[in-house]
Amino acid sequence: MKKLLRELTFPLLAVVAAFLVGGVIVWIVGDSPLLVYNLFFTSAFGSVDGIGYTLFYATPLIFTGLAVAVAFKCGLFNIGAEGQLVAAAFATAWVGLVAPEGWPAILVALLAMLAAVVVGGVWAGIPGVLKARFGAHEVITTIMMNFIAAGIVSYLTQYHYRKQGDPILETLPIAEMKDGVLTGPHIPRMHDLLAPLGINFPERLPLNLAFLFALAACALVYVFLWKTKWGYELRAVGLNPSAAEYGGISIARNTVMAMALSGMLAGMVGINDVLGYRYRYYDGFSAGYGFTGIAVALLGRNHPVGVLLAALLFGALARSQLFIDIFTNKVSKDWVVILQAIIILFVACEAVFRMKSKRSG
Amino acid sequence: MAEDLKYAVEMRGVTKRFGDVLANDSISLAVESGSIHAIIGENGAGKSTAMNILYGFYAADSGEILIDGQARSIQNPGDAIRLGLGMVHQHFMLVEPLTVTENIILGSEPGSSFAIDFKQARARVRELSEQYGLRIDADARIEDLSVGQQQRVEILKTLYRGAQILILDEPTAVLTPQEVVEMFAILRSLRDRGKTIIIITHKLAEVLALSDRITVMRDGRVVGNISTREATAEGLARLMVGREVLLRVEKTDAHPKDAILVVNNLSLESSTVHGSLNDVSLEVRAGEILGIAGVEGNGQTELIEIIAGLRPQTRGEILLEGKSIDRLDPRRRKNLGIAHIPEDRHRRGLLLDFDLAANSILGVHRNSPLSGAVLLNEQIIAERANRLVREYDVRPPNIALPARALSGGNQQKLIVAREFDINPKLILVSQPTRGVDIGAIEFIHKKLIELRDAGAAILLVSAELDEILSLSDRVLVMYEGRVVGEVDPRSVSEEEIGLMMTGGKR
Amino acid sequence: MDITDILNLSLLASMVRLSTPLVLAALGGMYSERGGVINIALEGIMLAGAFTAAAVTARTANPWIGLVSAAIAGLLVAAIHAVATIQFKADQVVVGTAINILFLGVPALASGAMFGSTGSTPQLPREQTLPDWNIPGIDSIPILSQLFSGHKPIVYLAILMVPASWYVLYRTRFGLRLRAVGENPEAADTAGVSVARMRYAGVLMSGVLAGIGGAYLSIGQNSLFTRNMTAGRGFIALAALIFGKWHPVGASLACLLFGLAEAISIRMQGVVSIPVQFIQLIPYVLTMVVLAGFIGRATPPKAIGVPYVKEK
Repeated sequence: MKKLLRELTFPLLAVVAAFLVGGVIVWIVGDSPLLVYNLFFTSAFGSVDGIGYTLFYATPLIFTGLAVAVAFKCGLFNIGAEGQLVAAAFATAWVGLVAPEGWPAILVALLAMLAAVVVGGVWAGIPGVLKARFGAHEVITTIMMNFIAAGIVSYLTQYHYRKQGDPILETLPIAEMKDGVLTGPHIPRMHDLLAPLGINFPERLPLNLAFLFALAACALVYVFLWKTKWGYELRAVGLNPSAAEYGGISIARNTVMAMALSGMLAGMVGINDVLGYRYRYYDGFSAGYGFTGIAVALLGRNHPVGVLLAALLFGALARSQLFIDIFTNKVSKDWVVILQAIIILFVACEAVFRMKSKRSG
Repeated sequence: MAEDLKYAVEMRGVTKRFGDVLANDSISLAVESGSIHAIIGENGAGKSTAMNILYGFYAADSGEILIDGQARSIQNPGDAIRLGLGMVHQHFMLVEPLTVTENIILGSEPGSSFAIDFKQARARVRELSEQYGLRIDADARIEDLSVGQQQRVEILKTLYRGAQILILDEPTAVLTPQEVVEMFAILRSLRDRGKTIIIITHKLAEVLALSDRITVMRDGRVVGNISTREATAEGLARLMVGREVLLRVEKTDAHPKDAILVVNNLSLESSTVHGSLNDVSLEVRAGEILGIAGVEGNGQTELIEIIAGLRPQTRGEILLEGKSIDRLDPRRRKNLGIAHIPEDRHRRGLLLDFDLAANSILGVHRNSPLSGAVLLNEQIIAERANRLVREYDVRPPNIALPARALSGGNQQKLIVAREFDINPKLILVSQPTRGVDIGAIEFIHKKLIELRDAGAAILLVSAELDEILSLSDRVLVMYEGRVVGEVDPRSVSEEEIGLMMTGGKR
Repeated sequence: MDITDILNLSLLASMVRLSTPLVLAALGGMYSERGGVINIALEGIMLAGAFTAAAVTARTANPWIGLVSAAIAGLLVAAIHAVATIQFKADQVVVGTAINILFLGVPALASGAMFGSTGSTPQLPREQTLPDWNIPGIDSIPILSQLFSGHKPIVYLAILMVPASWYVLYRTRFGLRLRAVGENPEAADTAGVSVARMRYAGVLMSGVLAGIGGAYLSIGQNSLFTRNMTAGRGFIALAALIFGKWHPVGASLACLLFGLAEAISIRMQGVVSIPVQFIQLIPYVLTMVVLAGFIGRATPPKAIGVPYVKEK
């Protein structure tokens, strides 16, 4: 417990500091920081709708935060979660689009989920292989893979899977309302999941089964990293590759495995968006989830519990964006983006603050 | 005569602390102008720290430095250079893709800010090279030069900056015997032209052959300051080690049985002499300790790592109990009963941020019952770790601590515990007592003898000749990647083995 | 319209123009990375430069003030990078990422506050963007005039910066020291070269150049700033730097190649049936190939990405 508190201290400080700096920015722009803070809290936590949306926005960030964290634990920096989730989301929709007419929706949904995970894993696995085999820096290759994913997916959407004349770059739907029932491969929304338990969760909220997947992913990642022999090996490679090698642990294999796992987690974002929310691939659906995932992982200290908490914070920020945009005179929703960047900067410079506090203490 | 005695360098009461370690404890020494002054001591005696302070690389916590009789403040290497100091580090400070000239002028380039005068630079480098007989091509790239040539570039670098006082840190550690002879000639010629030379070393023969005066350091303190003419090897050794008796380990004669490890014609190709192996064959039998003597960097590291499976050989084969293990990875070799105490415990042996329990399973973490099909068996791991910590007296005995929190001796005991606990048939031991306190040294030595007597085959590499001679039942000497001979540790003289180690006798 | 209409002289002129921001950013990145600091923040710095140039020009009606402001903005953003990575020894990739995210947000927020818009600056009248310069002598030579005359001043700056950067890197004190610091900072330190100072200089240079590169987009090639207008050019510049093996000439040639790809893809839009996306992918795929060592290996400066800490 004491350890947990100690671990939480610095991230909390970083968040508070970022909010203060963010407040100053609001003030410079010409609005009231208190109003913005108030909007943030009430819109994100002040109602069932608020909480529901916060959790919904947190869902992809839990996946990407875990993705970045798993790679970090192996000493790898996956900046490519964005590309991985884009490729995966398209693959999810693609399965829905090409599945034969008569297949049961649930089977297609399962296959689509599988596609999300596999494509995400492969997209991250390629930089993993290039790193393990040729020593190509994963930071650069994952950045490049982001653009390659965006290009290929936008091509496929535009030229092959778009509805004729649709001005929006999106695929045909995979599930549609027919007689008041959503027909086609999809996963249930929270409303439908909670109804049998007698809980009336508002139907309008997009929160869906993927959120429970995200919670499960947190638990699984924790078990994997700290309780299994593979997690032990992965962390050993991350801390000291030479010692890991001495201990008979393959650096190359773990590099590829960590990247693939990372990509699989990032790919699960596709499940949330395509199967749980939009029921189609929409080009530009990701509000930089992959990059926010870096902030989430850093703030969460690469620990699943931390990632969950950090994702909730960023989910809340995402939820409040719109309200801050509308109910202030000058501050736009981009304030939240700036806050994200400031949090990353503070966390990145943590070592300094630690050293300073050690010296003075 | 007395008033002619001028000191180029004086250090008075210099103290430096790294965390809890007192690296230099009120060091005082004086170096006569125009002399070769040796600073000797064992590894970790504080020699390099003292010289790094003199060169401005570290700031002293207290004390005073005088250059040519004047108190000076040396905050960084730039200050030192301006005061006429030059340093040749043990690890060369050269930028490999750059040329000799570019390296030499770096930091004090001729010409204007907008244009380096390369013509002048090259001419000056050639001139200095000729003047001191250094024979260096001004336009060669550093990465294409031999180690000996690179060292001469380092010397040129200091001379180019007008150094009057040259500090050399273990200059002969990386050189071949011929190169050593050349180097000594160069150093003498530098002294004869009025330069002051400070040389850090732990090789007594070199000190006696080369220096004019000697400062002996031990445990961060200066323990002796004598003229070379009055010094003897025995006297210096006593001062350095600080105890009369050389290490003696109590042991009975070995009773070797069948060969456990057979190495046939092992070769490793490498771009440098250091780091290659040439046709090494050896055999270690059950119940004996085979020691490998040699100056560091003559292939011992490579030999051990190849046997452990950490790097592939170019040619040759390795047999464990008659079966080839060439294709096995390190984990499979460990499972066949090969334990390995690596030479660098921070780089190889431990995961410093993992706790003791996690470190206690490195390499055996996939074995039952430590782990199942998927999960690590935390309870069994903890029980085993607690037992190892108890049996091997690792302090503090708290398996939840990170390995980083332990002293060097206790870290080493943890590695030893982990490796010996697999009931090894073959133990590869590299520098087992480096940076380890006396208590731990005796403990580790005793354990090695015990395992030998229990029938293990042990291959021991150490830079400490004492350790090799007192522990081993047979000793092979390695030089430039070859085995140059075998000696009997009970009867061999220091001179004889010393000559073999330095390539003087084959 | 067929393929010959695409491959003509104006295509090459367009290549020169489109390469300009890439060349400046890539050369900037070179100064930073040759000194040992990975700079993935080029994208963010370009955005900062592009926005500042357009915003300041909109307020002052003078593109030259806008241009200088862009350079200063780039410098300041790079200073954040430098302080965090050199002074505080923060992870270079993390800081670069933070800056990229920061400048997705800052221009949008600032444009809202300054101009009441949602991420773009007001359209500048043509006379308030940077002028086209004709080069006397060249403008009368048939083919060269089309290629090398009538461009914005920043184009000429970029062209001049290529040999200038070569000279600085290989012929001056600064360049020698910078290269040494990026390869072996300890060696440079012992030679009396301040590692921190060289790295600061390298990173700040990258800020100025990438900032100007960004300005070219908003007050040269276009006449306003729009949300995320760099569209990955900072990363393409990074790719060119790697593809050109961290050499000023190599990196600039790579920028020309990537600029050509962009020029072709613009012309092909709706004309030829090859999807533009594939041409746009060329820089990224080539960079992957080079990093993997399939076509000549790209070896980065040895000390890149590693904060310099004296031992013990």
